[in-house]
Amino acid sequence: MLASIAGNTAGEFAEVAAVLRQSPAFDAVVGVEVNISCPNVANRGLVFACDPLSSATVIALVREKLPRDIPIFAKLSPDVTDIVEIAGACVEAGADGLTMINTLLAMVIDTELLRPQVAGVTGGLSGPGIGPVAVRAVWQVRAAMIEGRIPTVPIIGVGGVRTGDDALQLVAAGASAIQVGTATFNDPTAPVRVNRELAAALQDKGFARFSDAVGIAHSRLDPRR
Amino acid sequence: MSGAFLEPTPQQSVRTPQLTGELIATRRVGAYHHLTFVAPGVAELAKPGQFVAVAVGGDTSANLLRRCFSIYRASSVDKVSSIHNVSSIHNVSSINQVSPSGTHGGTVDVVVAARGPGTRWLTGLSVHDEVNIIGPLGHPFPLPKEPVACVLVGGGYGSAPLFWLAAELRERGCHVEMVLGAATKDRLFGVVEARRSRRAMDGVTVTTDDGSMGIKGWVSDVLTDVIRRCHADVVYGCGPMAMLKSITDVATAQGAVAQVAVEESMACGIGVCMTCVMPVVGDDGLTRMVRSCVEGPVFRGDRVRWDAFEHGWCAVPQDAHGAVAMRGH
Repeated sequence: MLASIAGNTAGEFAEVAAVLRQSPAFDAVVGVEVNISCPNVANRGLVFACDPLSSATVIALVREKLPRDIPIFAKLSPDVTDIVEIAGACVEAGADGLTMINTLLAMVIDTELLRPQVAGVTGGLSGPGIGPVAVRAVWQVRAAMIEGRIPTVPIIGVGGVRTGDDALQLVAAGASAIQVGTATFNDPTAPVRVNRELAAALQDKGFARFSDAVGIAHSRLDPRR
Repeated sequence: MSGAFLEPTPQQSVRTPQLTGELIATRRVGAYHHLTFVAPGVAELAKPGQFVAVAVGGDTSANLLRRCFSIYRASSVDKVSSIHNVSSIHNVSSINQVSPSGTHGGTVDVVVAARGPGTRWLTGLSVHDEVNIIGPLGHPFPLPKEPVACVLVGGGYGSAPLFWLAAELRERGCHVEMVLGAATKDRLFGVVEARRSRRAMDGVTVTTDDGSMGIKGWVSDVLTDVIRRCHADVVYGCGPMAMLKSITDVATAQGAVAQVAVEESMACGIGVCMTCVMPVVGDDGLTRMVRSCVEGPVFRGDRVRWDAFEHGWCAVPQDAHGAVAMRGH
């Protein structure tokens, strides 16, 4: 399993990583996702993933606590000015891969009571609506890798995936693996179904190997562009 | 006799059905809608207090989150013809009921209040429309080991699962009294059914906030007398949180055990989304944030941390397990 860890301070991330490593079930862990899209209590609550230095600090601390053969993935927030800069900082700090994207910071007001609907005031927006944001983020980071602006690492695409077609968009933008989150609330079989639909879509389009489809859209830009 | 409930039957290794169910009847009942779906496999497994999670808006709907409804009635395949008598026990202002067009199977009935886009979509469905259903979900009401007296308290359409529970309790030899309360007469659910099914109910008390039916006041105003009158050992409740708290307070003061089915907002119903977490005290005395969909929706009333609920919000108590780590999330 790919374990996902989080913390309120950089030190807490390291502590969680250390606890995970000591777990009797650590043999089942094939990788660790570091969810840096959390507010940093030590830095005015600014989200780690909004600052390249904070992001790099967390990744470096977690990297130290885990065996070298356990890959770590930095989970990035789309709520940033330049996601490529954050992605580059994480990879240089030791991330073996990137997970994109986390939820978008959002808020809903209860129009009957005219007060914030969520007890925490703001919350993370997920679901099909954020799919195009995820595709854009994966596209931008993958493009930077192709252009050699940041090192090339695998990307796990996540955000708004409900169907095999949604997954295929992320793959074509540059994702080498897919996560399904919110869609499982609607259909508990969604991850299995998406996998099946994606495999069928790739076969229909004549791809012999999954990896041939990863990032394919970058080679199919309009030449007049 | 506190705590003398039947042990829950060990979880069967049966997968909870997820299916597309055909709507075969929809009718208005006061402020609510009563819907009957063909749901093969659900009825056969269901027990009073359990619920179904229904997808709304169709396959491409932006309303991704399921709506959860406690099961009002479940008829397995051999009893399916009985649903045709259901309408006669309500004040039915409109009825549209047909036989299922496809393969026959068990049916599940739910009561819906059209309050938001999801519930409006459901109540706007026509017979033969199909809906994706998962269920039965959650833990049912525990039944007492002995044939003790029980009071069943329903707030608004929270009474829906109680009629079925009443029948099961009566079968076990329990004395069963029911208290139905709501803000107004049209928001009561099941008064006619409760009064007509004398064989399933030993007494029925009705309250409304505005006095438009029954006694003017809250269910908690009459509950003490009802408990005393029948020497009840168990009080079952289903309705809004504030009502469940007062039921628990009254029951506890009278030495009865409250078993309440909570109405926390649920978004998936299957334990994935963590929307419905609430603080409940465990056997070890420690408060934990538990998912009401998988660990509930029925809890012993005296185990719920009612102090955490205020103004329609639920806070994480400072002494809850893991509360410090939950800061900011």
